[in-house]
Amino acid sequence: MSEQDLIVINGNEFSFEPGETILEVARRHSIDIPTLCHLQGAVPTGACRICVVEVQGARTLVAACATPAGRNMIVQTESAKVIQARRMVLQLLLSSGNHNCAVCGSGGGNWTEYQLKVLQAEDSDELCPVWGDCRLQELAFRYQVTGEKFEAAVTPYPMETANPFIVRDFSRCIQCGRCVQACNEIQVNQAIHFGYRGTATKIIAAGDQPYINSDCVFCGECVQVCPVGALVEKEARYRVRPWQNKKVRTTCSYCGVGCQLYLHVKDNRVVKVTGVEDVPPAYGSLCVKGRFGFDFIHSPERLKTPLIKENGEFREATWDEALDRVAGKFEAIKAQNGADSIGVLTSARITNEENYVAQKFTRAVLQTNNIDHCARL
Amino acid sequence: MTNTIGDIEKADVILITGSNTTENHPVLSSFVKRAVKSKGAKLIVVDPRRIKIARYAHKWLRPNLGTDVAWINGLMHVIIEEGLYAEEYVASRTVGFDELKKTVAKYTPEEVEQITGIPAQEIIDAARLYAAAAKGSILYCMGITQHTTGTDNVKSLANLAMLCGNLGIEGGGVNPLRGQNNVQGACDMGGLPDVYSGYQRVMDPEARKRMAAAWNVAELPDKPGLKVTQMMPAAHDGKLKALYIIGENPLVSDPDLNHAEKSIGNLDFLVVQDIFLTETAKLADVVLPSACFAEKEGTFANTERRVQRVRQAVDPPGQAWADWKIISAIASRMGYPMTYESSRQIMEEISRLTPSYAGISYDRIEYEGLHWPCPNAEHPGTPILHKEQFTIGKGVFHGIDYLAPAEKADEEYPLYLTTGRLLYQYHTGTMTMKTGGLNAIAPECFVEISPRDARQYDLADGVRVRIASRRGSIQARIRVSDKAVSGTVFIPFHYAQAAANRLTNAALDPISGIPEYKVCAVKLSKAA
Ligand code: SF4
Ligand code: SF4
Ligand code: FES
Repeated sequence: MSEQDLIVINGNEFSFEPGETILEVARRHSIDIPTLCHLQGAVPTGACRICVVEVQGARTLVAACATPAGRNMIVQTESAKVIQARRMVLQLLLSSGNHNCAVCGSGGGNWTEYQLKVLQAEDSDELCPVWGDCRLQELAFRYQVTGEKFEAAVTPYPMETANPFIVRDFSRCIQCGRCVQACNEIQVNQAIHFGYRGTATKIIAAGDQPYINSDCVFCGECVQVCPVGALVEKEARYRVRPWQNKKVRTTCSYCGVGCQLYLHVKDNRVVKVTGVEDVPPAYGSLCVKGRFGFDFIHSPERLKTPLIKENGEFREATWDEALDRVAGKFEAIKAQNGADSIGVLTSARITNEENYVAQKFTRAVLQTNNIDHCARL
Repeated sequence: MTNTIGDIEKADVILITGSNTTENHPVLSSFVKRAVKSKGAKLIVVDPRRIKIARYAHKWLRPNLGTDVAWINGLMHVIIEEGLYAEEYVASRTVGFDELKKTVAKYTPEEVEQITGIPAQEIIDAARLYAAAAKGSILYCMGITQHTTGTDNVKSLANLAMLCGNLGIEGGGVNPLRGQNNVQGACDMGGLPDVYSGYQRVMDPEARKRMAAAWNVAELPDKPGLKVTQMMPAAHDGKLKALYIIGENPLVSDPDLNHAEKSIGNLDFLVVQDIFLTETAKLADVVLPSACFAEKEGTFANTERRVQRVRQAVDPPGQAWADWKIISAIASRMGYPMTYESSRQIMEEISRLTPSYAGISYDRIEYEGLHWPCPNAEHPGTPILHKEQFTIGKGVFHGIDYLAPAEKADEEYPLYLTTGRLLYQYHTGTMTMKTGGLNAIAPECFVEISPRDARQYDLADGVRVRIASRRGSIQARIRVSDKAVSGTVFIPFHYAQAAANRLTNAALDPISGIPEYKVCAVKLSKAA
């Protein structure tokens, strides 16, 4: 590496690869530059300007996510000028819609009139549905700003709830464009894009139709990347708060891609699913089944006890009884008709460990090789 | 898959066949679409339906059902004829080229057009496009395997890939997409009639001795057992007396269901272990309740051979148990104590007895999964197979001739039927039909038909029809769609009430034992 490929960030020298952005170099060295619109894997748009930094000799602040690192650049990521610019960005964003979390008004005491108005409009007695799980709120707290500096804008577009999975709340959209990028550049479903202009700008699907009438396939990638409360899982909205849940990392149980997911668990129930963003194979992407198809886990129709059929009817049985019945029958049939008169169908749905135990049981205990599974069917 | 999912984005040309990728492997389809949209890859789709991924394709070839060997031979004919194949690779890494050359010589584009219905020029163009790629990836799914010639189809694709030097390189490969989460693992772990875990053959006396010693039994059976598709006829004939079915629902997923139902009814004893009282479980003598994936620890192996962790998030309902615990308890009661305390302990035994999993442990895959073969604890895993050489040394070309599907459309049954899956449902619907939103979007069975056929048979969108084959009949609503091509209708197989598998043909591939779900002849009439 030649000596010139060096950049100075906050007084420290770092090397960089040609083409790397200031943001990428900083992140590699754990320097935290805040971002809102930037989306890993998509072409940077520089839309929100929260990531601005000061570059010595430059006339204006530059967006770190969209500016390539340059030789001998000298960068400040939290200078007074930078902070001032970020606070301005945040104030404008907060007043652009129904951002009624605590940071929007007077910290102590009663809720502000504005907050009350939003509660009423949403028929809810709780603050924003993503309170505690919002990038904007987090940054407003970090830079200590509220939304009171500018008058709150009123969004002309009503909330969209006309599908089983996703609520679109345009009053909270900050038009960062992440959902559009996720849909077009990551999942490539090409269902949504920017529509209208100026203050009327709106993220639209198929000529401003509800998702359900568009090319949307409900992968929920847009929900996962939305930094605010504009796109929220319908079932989780207002019901699931991050501090009440534990997240358990696991592997999806539908198709063979094996996407990595987090099961969000509250009171011993899975209440929401999100993708794990930094690992292969899928890097956070999921499909509609993986993200929204988890109701079956807690279905009332799940089998809860062993059942034994008597005179054509099932009755509940204890494990002891059921296991004895199965073991006894297998032994009797084996003794009478030989081991090869018994077959086992193991499963492409159960774990490796269980498949291993199933074949071991078939071969070592039943003493037959009659084992297969239906996976190719 | 010989290669990884991430590898798809490194290909110059991607050939997809027999895979409705956007509906069955949505997340994987994004890798394909990204390769095309942002990385400049070329996409060839060969499929009898105008499926969604075809929208992204530079070429969509539409073969008649069951004519895959013919079009693949046609591509190879052109590639050899025009000298576009990877000469050096063929010379140094493969054997049998002359045999292949002789076989495909007959498959001129014109001849292939006769069989497949794909215009000769399209065959030539597709051949040139695939052969021109420095890195060509082939993706396929059950549209290739679920035929009486499924094994031939797969071998033919391997021929094509080897011919162009695309096996064993980054961005290349022949990549089967597994339909269910742990098909790969069920096979890896010996859930097959002829192999132990890691594909160690039961016929091999050495392997048998090793396993018998490890499992602490005097001996193990030496002849391969029955395949699932042989078990049903064996039950029907009274040779199979008892069946233990774990987590499967053959009474929706098996071919020629009417026959399968009779066979199951003939058993002396049926045990079904599942999370729901499925159509199959209803017929059981004993039903055992098991835990679902969110209620237990373990691992799955995905379609790219990556072994990944499954973790318990919630308690199983009622008295349900993990499947391994149930099986162990039955074993113990039959006088063979199985005393596993955890799935981790089972994985330790697996890695001791399975060379390809020898280096895999829970500690190593805590954060990110490993690709087998992973022969020891230091080995980084094997994302790409056949890199230096093929497992068997040299790659072998097989000259394969086209054979027609088992059933042909005729005057009485004038239409072809092909079956498959939908985005919003999964397999026999056991899980997805219990999820309100998914069911709301795809609530019931339908017959997809082309606008032209709909006109010809005078069937309007939404009208109820009776669809009959030589084996049975069902009723469903008509869905007129541009996806369908005239002469062929499509029915999703998820729905028990209108099970497409009452119609399908149980004719099997002689080697894999996989039935011909993808082709049979049917007729339509308005439902009374
Ligand atoms: S919906 Fe969310 S992700 Fe999309 S532009 Fe609005 S704030 Fe950004
Ligand atoms: S759910 Fe998926 S397809 Fe639908 S708009 Fe969001 S990203 Fe696009
Ligand atoms: S994060 Fe850089 S401009 Fe938005």
